[in-house]
Order: sequence, then structure tokens, then C-alpha cells
Amino acid sequence: MNYHWNWHIFWDVSPDGANSYLDLLLQGLLWTVATALCAWLLALVLGTCVGVARTARVAPARRLAKWYVEVFRNVPLLVQLFLWYFVLPELLPPAVGLWLKQLHYSSFLTAVVGLGLFMSARVAEQLRAGIESIPPGQRAAATALGLAGSQTYRHVLLPLAFRIILPPLTSEFLNTIKNTSTALTIGLLELTAQARSMQEFTFQVFEAFTAATVLYLAVNLCVVSAMHYVEARLVIPGFIVRK
Amino acid sequence: MGLRSLAVGTFALCLAATACAEPLTGTLKKIKETNSITLGYRESSIPFSYLDDQQRPIGYALEICYQIVDQVKKELTLPNLEVRLNPVTSATRIPLMANGTIDLECGSTTNNEERRRQVDFTNAHFLTASKFVAKKAAGVATIDALKGKSVASTSGTTNIKQLNEFNASRKLGITILPAKDHAEGFLMVETDRATAFVMDDILLAGLVANSKNPNEYIISQDAFSLAEPYAIMLRRDDPQFKQLVDRATAAFFKSPQGPKLFRKWFQSPIPPRGVVLNVALDGVLKRAFENPSDSSDPKAY
Repeated sequence: MNYHWNWHIFWDVSPDGANSYLDLLLQGLLWTVATALCAWLLALVLGTCVGVARTARVAPARRLAKWYVEVFRNVPLLVQLFLWYFVLPELLPPAVGLWLKQLHYSSFLTAVVGLGLFMSARVAEQLRAGIESIPPGQRAAATALGLAGSQTYRHVLLPLAFRIILPPLTSEFLNTIKNTSTALTIGLLELTAQARSMQEFTFQVFEAFTAATVLYLAVNLCVVSAMHYVEARLVIPGFIVRK
Repeated sequence: MGLRSLAVGTFALCLAATACAEPLTGTLKKIKETNSITLGYRESSIPFSYLDDQQRPIGYALEICYQIVDQVKKELTLPNLEVRLNPVTSATRIPLMANGTIDLECGSTTNNEERRRQVDFTNAHFLTASKFVAKKAAGVATIDALKGKSVASTSGTTNIKQLNEFNASRKLGITILPAKDHAEGFLMVETDRATAFVMDDILLAGLVANSKNPNEYIISQDAFSLAEPYAIMLRRDDPQFKQLVDRATAAFFKSPQGPKLFRKWFQSPIPPRGVVLNVALDGVLKRAFENPSDSSDPKAY
């Protein structure tokens, strides 16, 4: 292979004149983490609401939630981001559309909303699976104790369901982090975008993408170990059998 | 028989090539052994290298590469040399060149100092300066008129870097919006997300010519930089191949065919929609044709 490796490139000053390429990659990492955390928060809140509605005893709520899930999980994420970023402002009244377009952090906000909604559909489905896997006796017992519907969810179903779906939720969180890379298509300078621009300036392709790979891996491993800790803390002895 | 034909072949080769003291090395050796050469092309660098309406790669830079291929055929006496075409993107061109998949990259790659640490370039086939496009209705004619506005440029390009520098040195307070690619940057101007889009003027001309309403846009006279050279890219540390390519391109640019090819792609209707880019062959461009150079320094042209 006729390739000139240069691992020192990370300490070279980038074209902006002030930061090294490493600084730029780390700035990208910060945007990646910020986007992922905000989007995940949104996905958890919305996903919980929709997941509960999916299993509710009210038929219209169930139907509405089903539609929500099917829309957001069946349209590709990239298309959703484009719709939010380029199409939505055109559908609004011109003044509102213009204000939205010229928001300072518009790509970041669009990425958070777009990614958050996409992931919320997945969270909702897992929560539904979690709730449905709880033996029906639990719901019946809660009703027998005189708990209202909301109390049943709050005190009986959700605490159990979330514990059951914690491992797949960890995967979804990891997916959220990795999916932030699609935000480069709407101009967010996150980690992948910074790696791409670094290779464009320096032509040191392998160094740039190796660094991005290592950073993604490091962040994801941190999340995995944190979630393991959470899982261990929340386990209810005797409910979910652990080896 | 093998030895004899090899000896005859080498002799014939020495007759054809001007300097043939040393045996073939690098890319030329590979071309001779495999009887094939692979050209890398871009899918949307109009008019340099792009796909036409039948998805066939065409373009100005690609035709220059075919001239180089003819020279290779002649000097290595390989009349049946197989020419393969391989698509590349801005992210894959370096790995594919480094690992030997492509031998020449025929597109619109800027020849600059940083990149020359990784690859080599032959004589420039085009020069372009960084300018901006805006809607006529926005009423911005100069760089200073962009003060306080939102301006897009493609992320990871030298153009966005120059925009950054101007923004800092002239205290313009521009909000810089990085776009993923040129089409998206232009879309930002089309949808009023940005007032202007900063890019190489030739690419802006192509985007405007292909837009829904070309009369709606204006390309600035003000430039963010001196005109920078575009050149065909080849592997570094391959002097034999580089000499052949330099020789072929220099002879071509100086011959009447050079300006003729230029007129074909820059002053006549081009596929797929028959637009005319209207680029004059004057100034730095004319000098680059008269005195071909592979320098990465814009001042050398």
C-alpha cells in the first residue's frame, strides 16, 4: 500500500488556525454526546408515554400510539431528518419558517428532535413488550387492591417493565449515539463530520477514521459499563432470574 | 521463447520511450503486467467528471485522463490496454489510490500543499477561486455586504476555511452554516436558510446553470482567494509514471486539442440538460494552458 502514515497529524494546527485536529475531533465528540443525551431523554419521555398508550385499556389511545410507532419507525432516519430540516419550515407560515431556519442551533435542535422521535418509537415498542411480558396476575392484583389505572402503571407495571427491558434499552441508547452521525447531513459538525473534514484537509483518511472509531468505541463502552451498574443496582431478587 | 519475447518487448519499449535506461517501476510496471489501467471518476463533479443520463461517466477531466491513457499505450506499446473505470468519493479516493485500486483520479481535486504529503498531482487542468452565490433579490454584491448574515459552505473544504478567515479578519459576524455537500449548500440558499453559499466559482456556475431558475441567482465578483489549481491525482513517489503523465498533459494543453476540449466542456451545451457554463479561457487559465504547471502554489499561475 502506497500510504504515508502520519499519526502526528492530530497535533497539527487545523485550517481554522487555532485548534489542532485533535481539538476538532473532541469538539465533534462533544456535539455527538450532547445530541445523543438530549435525543435519548426525549426518546425516553415520549417512548414511555406512547408505550403506555400502546397497552392502555382505551382503544383510541392504543390506535393513536400504534400509528405513531409505525410512522416513526418505518420512515428511514435520514429521510426524517431531511423532512424536519428542509421540508417543515416550508410548510409553516413564511415568518415562522424563516425564524426556524435562522435559529442559531437549528441543526442541533433538528437533530435532537428528529433522532429523539425516531428512537422514541423503538423505546415505545420495547416498553410495550416489557409490559405485556408481565404476568396478567399483576395487573389483576393491582386492580383488586383498588389501584386506579394510572396508579397501576406508576407503582406496579412500569417499575417491572423497565427492569425487564433494561438490556435492550442499553442497546437503544448505543444506537442513539451511533445514529447521531446522520446529523452530519443537516450540517451538525459532530464526530463523523469532523473526521470527514479532517481527511478532506489532510488526506490522512485512515488516521481520521481510526480516531473517530476509537472515540465512538470509548463512549459506548462507558455507556455499557454504566448501564451494567444500573442493572445490578435495580435488580429485584427472585423476580428476574440471574445467573 | 518467453525470454526472447521479453527482450524484444523491452527493446521496443526503449525505442518508444524517450528515456529508458531503467526498468519499469511503480504504476507503469503494474500497468504493463496487468495490461490494464484504472481511472477513478466522480459521480457529480460537473463538468469535470460525472454521470450522464445513461449513468455513463463523462467529463472534461476524464477526457484528459484518456489522453494520458493514449500516451501510456504508446510508450508501453500496449495497444489493447484495458481501461477500467471506478467511482470514487471524496472519502474513498485516497484509500483506493493508496491500495492500488485506481491509478489516476480524474475529477476536480484541488492541488494543495497539505495534500501533496499524501499524493502527487500532474499539471493543472483548471483554476478556480472561492466566490459566493446569492439570490439577486437579497441584494448582496460584495463580501462585506454579507455582514451579520447566515452563509453556507461545504464542510471540510478549503472554501469554508477561507470564509472563516475572512469572517475573523474583517469582523463580519457571519453565521457560518456547514453543508454536507455542494447540492445541499445550494439548497440552503434556494430555501433562504442561508443568504449565500461560498464555493469554487466553477461549481457555483454549474449549480446555478442546473437550478430551476438560473436568472434568480448572482455569483459574486469578489473572491475569497486566488484561483487554486485542480489537477489529476496520482500516487506519490512514482517518478516514472509522474513524468509520463506530466509529459502527456503538458503536450495536450499546448496543442490545439487542449483549448478545443476546454471549449467543448465550458463553452458549449453539456449533458445531461444541455446547459452552457460560459467560462472564458483567459487570465490564469490561459497561462496554465500555455505554461502547464503542477505547482500547488496559486501564485505560480
